[in-house]
Amino acid sequence: MVKFIVRRLAYTVAVLLLATALVFVLSRQSGDPRHLFLSEMTTQKQWDEWGREMGLDRPVVVQYGIWLSKAVRGDFGESVQQRKPALDVVIERVPATLELGAGAFIFAMVTGIPLGVLSAVRRGSIIDYVARTFALVGQALPVFWLGLLLILFFAVRLEWLPTSRRGGLDHLILPSISLGWLFASSFLRLTRSAMLEILDSEYIKFARSKGVSNRMIIWKHAFRNAVIPTLTFAGLLIAGLITGAVVTETVFSWPGLGLLAVNSVFQLDFPVMTAVVFFITLGYLIVAFLIDISYALIDPRIRFT
Amino acid sequence: MAEETGTVVVRPVPTARRGNIRAFLHVLRRWPILPLFILGLLTVSAIFAEQLTSYHPERQNLRDRNTPPMWLEGGSSKHVLGADPLGRDILTRVMFGARISMMIAAIVLSIGTVMGLAVGLTAGYFGGNVDEALMRFVDLTLAVPFILVALVAVIVFGQSFTLIIILLVIFAWNGIARQVRAETLSLKTRDYVALAKVAGAPTLWILYHHIVPGLINTVLVVASLRLGGLILTEASLSFLGVGIPPPTPAWGLMVAEGRQYVKIAWWVSFFPGLAIMLTVLAFNFLGDWLRDRFDPRLRQL
Repeated sequence: MVKFIVRRLAYTVAVLLLATALVFVLSRQSGDPRHLFLSEMTTQKQWDEWGREMGLDRPVVVQYGIWLSKAVRGDFGESVQQRKPALDVVIERVPATLELGAGAFIFAMVTGIPLGVLSAVRRGSIIDYVARTFALVGQALPVFWLGLLLILFFAVRLEWLPTSRRGGLDHLILPSISLGWLFASSFLRLTRSAMLEILDSEYIKFARSKGVSNRMIIWKHAFRNAVIPTLTFAGLLIAGLITGAVVTETVFSWPGLGLLAVNSVFQLDFPVMTAVVFFITLGYLIVAFLIDISYALIDPRIRFT
Repeated sequence: MAEETGTVVVRPVPTARRGNIRAFLHVLRRWPILPLFILGLLTVSAIFAEQLTSYHPERQNLRDRNTPPMWLEGGSSKHVLGADPLGRDILTRVMFGARISMMIAAIVLSIGTVMGLAVGLTAGYFGGNVDEALMRFVDLTLAVPFILVALVAVIVFGQSFTLIIILLVIFAWNGIARQVRAETLSLKTRDYVALAKVAGAPTLWILYHHIVPGLINTVLVVASLRLGGLILTEASLSFLGVGIPPPTPAWGLMVAEGRQYVKIAWWVSFFPGLAIMLTVLAFNFLGDWLRDRFDPRLRQL
């Protein structure tokens, strides 16, 4: 277990380095970063000082080193647009993204998993067809298009829900559905196939022949075991969650990290961009790590190597 | 009883009709007819877009701007699916968009598959440090948030067709590499591979004649399962404004262009989005079908 955690830590650090280095090196290709801070008040002395501070006369690797040594101390530079520390700009966006992520996850869980169980138990029935269509459509819907349609129908035509921005719970519904549907589909398919496999196994047949009630068999014997493979694959889904969140936040003008990433790129605000990449990657790695740990808690057969 | 005595049993008509419907549904489920129909339609419009429509996809005609589809009030048969805010024919642009989507998918998937095959094969067959190094690298690239790197790369280098291809290849190849490696690991322990080694066959010969043929099914299935995701990713990039540069009719871009007009002209965004959905749906269907048929062990993918 300790060995596993150490390995995962090393891996986390490596991924963070790779991601930030990529973005850093790319952003340096766009030209002298000092131009972004340039104003009428800038003196030659200041200009040279910036150059020295950022190591612009030295190789890009050294420049990255300078950025990194500051970053680990919490200094991600200053936002070009907002003239305040990039770290603060990023941190204030975190709650919005967490809220959206939680909304989407809850939507995915409460639709995907029960529908998956039902469609496996009633295989071939109407419910099964409806559930599978729900999943197939969900995996094919472009998130941004779904978002637009939801806005058009529920916000513009019916005027039931607000069109965009963050606010009360009513603001959260449409973005959660557009981000969550894809994951609901994955949950549904995974739960369904795991349930089908388990319902066909020997111990379920044994339980049936013993006269255990149907409900007990489905929810206690089968469902508990079906959750494990579903969780295993949930880890693979978070990578897609990032792309989805960036697009969803753009469509709904949701003030989270994804929208910040898009805006900072278009405004050439590279200090903020690099910080965003750092925090999104970190968040992703933490979630992936927690999922891995949770397997062991749910299924004692899993041992870490 | 009827079968034993050889009597012809005339079934009541309703049952027979239901039997036909059942049989039809059965054929539909067994063979990917609907997806192939959609993909056929797409391919035809992608190849013959110029011959099928008299409009140019990028020609503007402001007098026709935001014309509704022909079945709505104010629509005309001049623009079957309506026109966009610049008066360009939407059906024409959706058809030309099919060409862009299919072309990107084909190029990216071919390059990505070859790369994935090469890396996975090398890692799986040679094992040891080579395997460790290559697979750690694959894991790393899988964990880096692709969309963010793509955003920065496009802003720095400028929008271009080539850059999108490169970015999507980066997105596509690693999953294939992983699957190929896993498959190679099991294939190389087979007796016929050992026999070929004993007989003194060169490594490249073994790879080409004994390992790769066994991988074809897996690669085919994994690649086809990735196609839908690839098209969605390209569309997302185009929607965000970092994909195919305007005025090229890429579907994601078209949805984005209609976004601010969604209240007065929903059709501008609706039809290109519908095209994306149907295409991805068809590819996913086909991928599932190929998997069930050629490599059912991959069912969990």
